[in-house]
Amino acid sequence: MTGGVNSFQVSGYGPERAGWTRVFARDSLARRLDWPMLLSAVALSLLGSLLVYSATRNRTELNQGDPYYFLVRHWLNTGIGLALMIGVLWLGHRALRTAVPLLYGASVFLILLVLTPLGSTINGAHSWIKLPGGFSLQPSEFVKITIILGMAMLLAARVDAGDKPYPDHRTVLQALGLAVVPMLIVMLMPDLGSVMVMVVIVLGVLLASGASNRWVFGLLGAGAAGAITVWQLGVLDEYQINRFAAFANPELDPAGVGYNTNQARIAIGSGGLTGSGLFQGSQTTGQFVPEQQTDFVFTVAGEELGFVGGALIIGLLGVILWRACRIARDTTDLYGTVVAAGIVAWFAFQTFENVGMTLGIMPVTGLPLPFVSYGGSSMFAVWLAVGLLQSIRMQRPMSA
Amino acid sequence: MTNIPETGRSPRVQIRLVVIQVLVVSLLGTLGGRLWYLQIREGDQYAREASGNHVQQVVQPAVRGSILDARGVALADNETRLVVSASRTELLKMKDDGKAVLTKLAGVLGMSAKEVSEKVRLCDAKTPQPCWNGSPYQPIPITDEATPKQALQIRERAEDFPGITAEPQAVRRYAAPGKANTAQVLGYLSPVTDEEIQKAQDTDSPYLRSDMVGRSGLERQYDKQLRGKAGVTRYEVDKLGRVLGQAEADPAEPGANLVTSIDARVQRIAEYELNEAMKEARKQHDRNTNRTYEADSGAVVVMEAKTGRVVAMASNPTYDPNAWVGGISAKDYAALTGKDSNYPLLNRAIQGQSAPGSIFKVIPTAAAINAGYSFEGPYNCSSSYSIGSQVFKNFESQNHGPISLGRALEVSCDTVFYALSHEEWKRDGGNKPKKKPDDWFYKTSHQFGLGKETGIDLPNEVTGRVPDRQWKLDYWKANKDVWCKTGKKDGSYAERIAYENCLEGNRLRAGDSVNYSIGQGDTLVTPIQMATIYAAIANGGTLYDPTVGKAVISPDGRTVTEIEPESHGKLPMTKKTLSQIDGALEGVATRGTAAWRFGGWPQDEIPMHAKTGTAEVYGKQTTSWFATYTKDYSIVMTISQGGTGSGASGPAVRNIYNALYGVSEDGEIDKKKALLPTPQKTLPKVRTDGTIQAPKVSKDPAKDRTKPSPDARATTEQDDPADPQQPGTVPSPENTNRDTRRRERRRSGRGGTRRTAS
Repeated sequence: MTGGVNSFQVSGYGPERAGWTRVFARDSLARRLDWPMLLSAVALSLLGSLLVYSATRNRTELNQGDPYYFLVRHWLNTGIGLALMIGVLWLGHRALRTAVPLLYGASVFLILLVLTPLGSTINGAHSWIKLPGGFSLQPSEFVKITIILGMAMLLAARVDAGDKPYPDHRTVLQALGLAVVPMLIVMLMPDLGSVMVMVVIVLGVLLASGASNRWVFGLLGAGAAGAITVWQLGVLDEYQINRFAAFANPELDPAGVGYNTNQARIAIGSGGLTGSGLFQGSQTTGQFVPEQQTDFVFTVAGEELGFVGGALIIGLLGVILWRACRIARDTTDLYGTVVAAGIVAWFAFQTFENVGMTLGIMPVTGLPLPFVSYGGSSMFAVWLAVGLLQSIRMQRPMSA
Repeated sequence: MTNIPETGRSPRVQIRLVVIQVLVVSLLGTLGGRLWYLQIREGDQYAREASGNHVQQVVQPAVRGSILDARGVALADNETRLVVSASRTELLKMKDDGKAVLTKLAGVLGMSAKEVSEKVRLCDAKTPQPCWNGSPYQPIPITDEATPKQALQIRERAEDFPGITAEPQAVRRYAAPGKANTAQVLGYLSPVTDEEIQKAQDTDSPYLRSDMVGRSGLERQYDKQLRGKAGVTRYEVDKLGRVLGQAEADPAEPGANLVTSIDARVQRIAEYELNEAMKEARKQHDRNTNRTYEADSGAVVVMEAKTGRVVAMASNPTYDPNAWVGGISAKDYAALTGKDSNYPLLNRAIQGQSAPGSIFKVIPTAAAINAGYSFEGPYNCSSSYSIGSQVFKNFESQNHGPISLGRALEVSCDTVFYALSHEEWKRDGGNKPKKKPDDWFYKTSHQFGLGKETGIDLPNEVTGRVPDRQWKLDYWKANKDVWCKTGKKDGSYAERIAYENCLEGNRLRAGDSVNYSIGQGDTLVTPIQMATIYAAIANGGTLYDPTVGKAVISPDGRTVTEIEPESHGKLPMTKKTLSQIDGALEGVATRGTAAWRFGGWPQDEIPMHAKTGTAEVYGKQTTSWFATYTKDYSIVMTISQGGTGSGASGPAVRNIYNALYGVSEDGEIDKKKALLPTPQKTLPKVRTDGTIQAPKVSKDPAKDRTKPSPDARATTEQDDPADPQQPGTVPSPENTNRDTRRRERRRSGRGGTRRTAS
């Protein structure tokens, strides 16, 4: 895909600026970095490490006797994430464009691997690959990125080339096909949370690509019709519906999801304005909330840091999203716009779903809170996304 | 890239990006709003829920206080048993939920693994017994009968048995010192019910799920004092119940000890003698029914005459109160309460009521004096008394000629009282009663305390019955429909009675007053009522509320709350009348109907007073009553379907006196052998550590008196070593006579228990 290299050169950066020199060049690069976004992401990661530590320091069955086990690993993940971001910056998102088919293929291969005996099940979702050394990989996190990149590549190709103002139906169909294949695989795991995120990503990407309204509303309508059909035909057992609805009425599934919902709500509610103080929460210390270092990490903030801490996390994620929206609007090429919008849709929905389920306004699914939740794959994925956003911002003309 | 302006792109995309931005802002705004709602608006409620979440209570049950006899001998105390318990929270920490440990434990205890795991599972709607219905944070007892060897095995290899403890624990024990089982007086415990927990929730003595509650007898009456206060330690715990820290601790306060006026030795003798007397009665031939006496039940009360304190109270049939300890088995429960059981749980001394027969006569004597008749008379003791066509015979148609009231008591002359009562009935208007009849004979009964509880400190005392005008009317109203339906003028005896009752059962008839005057008819009394009355005659006229509890001693021994005797009235007679009656009753013991039972009694040293009673019950054999007193004690015994007063109960009562005063068969008083020549005044000594000194009680005080009483009938019984049925110990329900019907105490009247001419 030489076009990517070409556009890289066309936008005004000489080849002498490739590599590390480009990143550390004195004249503009530091200024071109989106510092609010970067600092928010770092702050969230560090805050996350404290919350993860608070949730796990007493969980001897998880931390193998080392209270700092999860703290150190969260830092390590953040470090790797930063390095990945720098790697993306170093390569540049447009250079990466050439590798998109390869990345897409690799990610689909990995999620297929999950379905083989190599995959392992955590919390009912068969979405992990066990690696040697106690590490595990959750390929669906990376699929979110490759879906964004792949769809953006297809949808923006002819528009960026100047052939058409908007992607045509054929392109949209191709892009949808590209997204549906991994989504079906992830659904088989089953990792419904990730599928939901991907659906929202697809919608965001289509919206930002300028695809016909018919596609956007058609997809929304199809989704609604599908949901109603599933509901009406009784494909789901009652317990499945109850599990889904338990976020609103914990009594529907008191031992399972309802329990989580209830305990999470108690933890957050008891925090009040300023919380019980870091490491002082009785719900957290007493380990009443399951999965508190990962999917329910927001409850630690809610209990121990109160409304102030919870609002801070939402605010920092808001800063990242706000900056990402700016980047999507400010960039010149549709590829960058679509990638940025896809990331906005991803982060926004995942944040809303994750925090929303701890607050009892969204159904409970296994989704991490970006930057804050413990988990390598998701940490790497979101930092890769930050790298992409930074790269998009840096590679637009300064004069814009 | 040619047709796209550098600053951006098509307006459609720009607009859509703004839409995305607006959506993002609204999503985040929703989160912030919800967060504010949960944390700020409803934060307090969730904070409360959180604190309920992580605090758990662990209860240390209070040791229940002991019930002691007057000298400090424990009638009910606690024994230490080795209890092996499992901590659920510890077990749940293990990978297999402790299955391996429980299986290993089952091996040590010689139980099956299933048995053990069933004991530690929690009760819920779907789980059948056995299961644990206490707090899951409480150690769950698996057995309370572990041997020291088993306990040692568990404790020495503590690392092999995580979460398992083997510790000595207090369990209720009814020690039966000297074989005095005292079952019905002591009562029993059973686990607290949900309802009781709810009810007592907000009182100053709430129940705990693991509590045992007194269900009858002293255990129930003094439950609050005996129970103590369980200790509660509040722990902060995590989700799995692992303890994070101790929040609060109230130590357990053991229950107070109850000192009773019961003397274990006298109690044993009373129980033994009652049982012997009943056994003997069953060998006696009843002329009236032409078979041996049933002697289906009986009771005896030994009371301190000057205080109303109960020294011994026995009820037969009886049972072993230890059957209730650790939860009664279904089989035992059926044996105690089933149709064929003859209801050994009943304390017949306070819950058995029957017609008193002639021991009632002190009341019409006092009534006659109050109505204006003279004590001296003379009154004609004829062999029969006629009212119209009805002929009321004297006992065995004896004729004593003109006698005083005192002599009438001595020889138990019925006809004298028939005449007096009939005359009073006529004075009150006869069949057309005055507006305000004097009813001396009935009024006096009420004044003696009949027809209502004596107020003894035992639950569920029954009232007995004075069949006065009001009662007749009430009873008739309640039953006339049935009577009028079944009654036949020329039918069977029962039908004729029903017919009569239908017509005029609402009125007090001449025959009623005649029957009533000798404690027959519809009159019902309890042994405790009669003991109270005879004690009052002994003490100069004060009717005391009988008491079993004497003092409540705090567990540290520092606070002693004595239970003072209280009176509920005076006998309605002058000193003179009282001494005249007293003299007559002495006469009964020396030359009257009871004299043959007190042959050789040291009357000069210990003046004995007595009254015999043989009450007839329609359709049954006669009830034996024997009421006696000395200056210190009053003893009343009754045996249902047991024969005559002095015949069936006489020797037993004499033997109890013999034991109390140390009187031998030839009338010698051996003070060393006297168990209690004067009532126990002082309370047992409390040591500085709160424990209470108690003298030793021999293995069986009833067997100590090697020489049997002058009455020879018990001799063979006592000396027969082959007799496997040790009286006073616990007869299993099979030992009771299965053919005996339950005495119909409440219905024994029904117009049929009259002394009729035959």
